[in-house]
Amino acid sequence: MLSKNKTGWLLLSPTILILILVGLVPFFYVLYVGFFKWNPLAVDPSMQFEGFALNYRRLIFDEVFLESIWRSIKFSVVTLTLELTLGFLLALSLLSSFPLKSFFRSVHTLPLVIAPIVVGSIFKLFTVQGLGPLPHLLKDYFGYTLNYGLNADQAFWMIVIMDVWHWTPFVTLTLLAGLSALPQDPYESAKIDGANNFQIFVHITIPMMVPVLIVVIFIRLMDSLKIVDEVWMLTGGGPGYATRFTGIHIWKEVFEKRYYGLGSAMSILYLYITIVICWVLYSVMVSRGKNED
Amino acid sequence: MKTKKAFAKLGTTFLWSLLTIITLFPIYWMILVSTRTPVELFGKPDLSPTFFEKVHWKNFTKPFLDGIYSDYLFNSIIVATSNAALVTILALMATYALSRFKLPGSESIFFWTMTNRMAPPAAFLLPLFLLFSTVFKFGDFTLFDTKIGLILLYCVFNLPFAIWLLKGIIDGIPRELDEAMIVDGASLFTIFRKLIIPLAAPGIAVTSLLSFLFAWNEYLLASTLTSVYARTIPTGLSEFVTTTGTNWGTMAAVALVSMIPALLFLFAVQKHIVAGLTFGAVKG
Repeated sequence: MLSKNKTGWLLLSPTILILILVGLVPFFYVLYVGFFKWNPLAVDPSMQFEGFALNYRRLIFDEVFLESIWRSIKFSVVTLTLELTLGFLLALSLLSSFPLKSFFRSVHTLPLVIAPIVVGSIFKLFTVQGLGPLPHLLKDYFGYTLNYGLNADQAFWMIVIMDVWHWTPFVTLTLLAGLSALPQDPYESAKIDGANNFQIFVHITIPMMVPVLIVVIFIRLMDSLKIVDEVWMLTGGGPGYATRFTGIHIWKEVFEKRYYGLGSAMSILYLYITIVICWVLYSVMVSRGKNED
Repeated sequence: MKTKKAFAKLGTTFLWSLLTIITLFPIYWMILVSTRTPVELFGKPDLSPTFFEKVHWKNFTKPFLDGIYSDYLFNSIIVATSNAALVTILALMATYALSRFKLPGSESIFFWTMTNRMAPPAAFLLPLFLLFSTVFKFGDFTLFDTKIGLILLYCVFNLPFAIWLLKGIIDGIPRELDEAMIVDGASLFTIFRKLIIPLAAPGIAVTSLLSFLFAWNEYLLASTLTSVYARTIPTGLSEFVTTTGTNWGTMAAVALVSMIPALLFLFAVQKHIVAGLTFGAVKG
């Protein structure tokens, strides 16, 4: 039996080795650096120990950082709400048959495979002042001035629209897969009992879809908390701090200001918040799975 | 009742047409921009299609024939292909071990590989940058700005994904089949070659295509961990933003070319994309 186990470990070892090298080692390294003051551009470019967890104590009062976290959470909640509502409606509509359905579905899948940085480029070309058709159309037909290079609210909502454009198809297709797999018996008995469509939706469809909904929320939340690429392309985090999400803020602190120590502490806190949110959702997911068994 | 249903159908078709226009319009505009000269792009946007004879091919030839973008494209192809191959082989080995051997702690290992996928890459930029440029040193060789560095790095998100996707497939192959082969004295290599790979072939294809796509599309890590020699096409795209007086036509052309693999794969992976993006938690 021992030799059989050995073969198993041998097969697993390259995977474990690579994940330690590029996953675990960087994690402990950033944890370590977070306890030091370290700025390679300062008068003293070496690492200095200034007292326990000083960087973390600083971060509690770092408004720009805390605001970036708040902004990321706000963005995630807003996009998640929009994408879930829209995606659910679209998935329901795809259950019935109508002309050109498979064509519409294929086009709807398209944004999913486009790289975030390319999505950023597409939206930049489409919406930038002086080139894109969108500001012109809005100006000509509605008298609305779109210039997210100056207007903070417009910049934030532009990113929201871009994210909805990019990721609603994911929600639609996942929910559609879930809806198609639902058992038909509850629907038939509900119809016999004389329930209307709305009652069926609220009392049968939604409760049965909860496991799939949690998976979608889990994955979308994880990804929208990470967002960097498309924002970087479209607004660069501006104007001012309007679209400076946590990932972008860390990049700026670390690679523009070269605050290695403080940036590391930020990274750890960012990681911690993401893990806590994911862990809560994951345990909800697991406990629901157990209830059903 | 019948007319009501017909109206509902018409309404749904109308809404989906609208949605399709919203999806395609920005992409259509990008294609238009890529065919035009800077002068043509000046002023009010012209939404009519460009005639084939009038396409400004210089937008494509300039970056890809004279410029550094052909190098970027080459790097992207090498990195994404090698990463997909490496990930598929390693994930196949790891999944077989997790599925067939009752290893102590294999559940925790499985969960740990998953966490690598969940972590935001921005939190790992600094440690990876420092490790790649100064700590992981073999003589003069560092992983910073090398294709090998990126190939290894992309395993962080692609390996957990591939293991997750393949696990369902390999668990589905009856154990009795490989046990019978072991009784007949077949080696592990033979089991893979004659049993696992042929039976899991569609799953393996989807896994490697999606791994390729994720590696091809990755931007943040590539832009931070390369400087000259290993830059990929997404990093090249972001370089347009910083240079003064962006040449929109060229930018659109580069973006369009970088989309080609995604468009090619769309047809191959469309049916599996849900399972792929939800880690197999929801079957597509």
